[in-house]
Amino acid sequence: MKKISTFFYTIGQGIRNLTRNKWYTLASIATIAACLFLFGLFYIVVMNFQNMVHAAEEGVSVTVFFKEGTTEEQILAVQSMVEQRSEVRQVDYISADQAWEDFRNDYLGEYADGFTENPLVDSANLQIYLSDVAMQPNLVTYLESISEVRDVNRSEVTATTLSGVNRLVAYISVAIIVVLFAVSIFLISNTVTIGISVRQEEITIMKYIGATDYFVRAPFVIECILIGLIGSSIPLIVIYFVYGRLTEFIGSKFTILSNLLRFLPISVIFEKLVPASLIIGVGIGFIGSFVTVRRHLRV
Amino acid sequence: MFAQKRRARNKIPPDEIITMEHVSKAYTKNIPALNDVTLHIRRGEFVFIVGDSGSGKSTLIKLLLRELVPTEGRITVMGYDLNRISHGKIPKFRRNLGIVFQDFRLLPDRNVYENVAFAQRIVQTPGRDIRKNVPAVLATVGLAGKYKNKIRHLSGGEQQRVALARALVNKPAILLADEPTGNLDPGITREIMHLLEKINENGTTVLVVTHDKEMVNTMRKRVITLRRGVVVEDEEEGVYRDEED
Repeated sequence: MKKISTFFYTIGQGIRNLTRNKWYTLASIATIAACLFLFGLFYIVVMNFQNMVHAAEEGVSVTVFFKEGTTEEQILAVQSMVEQRSEVRQVDYISADQAWEDFRNDYLGEYADGFTENPLVDSANLQIYLSDVAMQPNLVTYLESISEVRDVNRSEVTATTLSGVNRLVAYISVAIIVVLFAVSIFLISNTVTIGISVRQEEITIMKYIGATDYFVRAPFVIECILIGLIGSSIPLIVIYFVYGRLTEFIGSKFTILSNLLRFLPISVIFEKLVPASLIIGVGIGFIGSFVTVRRHLRV
Repeated sequence: MFAQKRRARNKIPPDEIITMEHVSKAYTKNIPALNDVTLHIRRGEFVFIVGDSGSGKSTLIKLLLRELVPTEGRITVMGYDLNRISHGKIPKFRRNLGIVFQDFRLLPDRNVYENVAFAQRIVQTPGRDIRKNVPAVLATVGLAGKYKNKIRHLSGGEQQRVALARALVNKPAILLADEPTGNLDPGITREIMHLLEKINENGTTVLVVTHDKEMVNTMRKRVITLRRGVVVEDEEEGVYRDEED
């Protein structure tokens, strides 16, 4: 019973401490919010950029043409074999008729009326889309080894460039996120340390009166957890409301780039950003206060 | 019950509440702040510990609070062996002591009531008892009407009364007062000393560390004189003699 009332008392004190030290509370929340806002902003940019590169990769395909006399059944057998491969995302079969139809629609229009027969009779092909463009050379080698295959069309430069860009973005983003993460941890823990150090006197008085370590520490820890929670929630709320409008605005201003500017929905961004921000804010509040108060408990 | 067992285990006479045996404390090598101090204080005594600055008074208080550990010798307070007490048991030990400081050491962002109630919450006193005990102890120190006041709105004398109320509310067996009147004028000093005497008459052992010669000589209590870390005098109904006397 006593322990329950002490538990609620320490929670109450933790909450009350927020208003007792208004300026410290505001400064800490502002620091955490600013750090995590920057962190979130960069995370969004990186995620969207990677998404756009990935979208470009998805459009890269390998086209396989078959030797004269290859039947549709043989082509479909090759299709099902190719579909089994891990680097392959999708395989579309384009029949000779379909190929002529597409070509006519795309390039000839009314001039196609002069053709009475399908000039692309040997153009039945397989359009192969990769899950990872970096694997294109492996796939091409495999395709060329199939006896029915006449020719394999691929864009080596596009695949190499895209996979290179993707790798570069991944390295840079990991490096910047790590730096921002470290800076956030440093700034937030410093704020917590300063806030607790100025109240060393209060801790000393508590210890002289006979307070246990738990009794001294708990209100500070609760206070810092709350500061971390509020500080990390603010940028998330701001991002939640601003992101949709900003992407809409960019989309409307740069319609010419609409195929390239494919923004991720906020729900996908938040899948990792929310837990990461809360862990940084609340986690540092908890660990920072726990460690800092311990330094002052040896009275 | 437990205190009796502890005392028996440590071979302390039943009426002895503080025992210091050949205690020395050195902060740096070869310069002891306290040097071979032996003291026996009985339950219910009123004792002045006097001496000039640097005589070792503050070190003595810190040792009794178990803020410091002696370099040599043995300290027992209420049967607790302070040389061996674990960190986890120090809070329980300190709850037997009431402490008053020269600079009051109150929580300035809380009012009078909250400062006193704070000491009760630390020892996990139920809320209904706190609501009964705090007004009672504030009445004892003459602050019944000021329980809502913020600390910074009180005079020095009133702040020291709040500190006294906080020290007394848990009914400690020992009251340690470190220069309790150092920041107060003579009129207020007399009032505070009168309060300490009243507290002592109710059975609390009172130890007052001071260098206020006039106050010590007026009260005529046991006086232990420290000089350069050594006990040079210990007399019942004594007076404060400095080096020139």
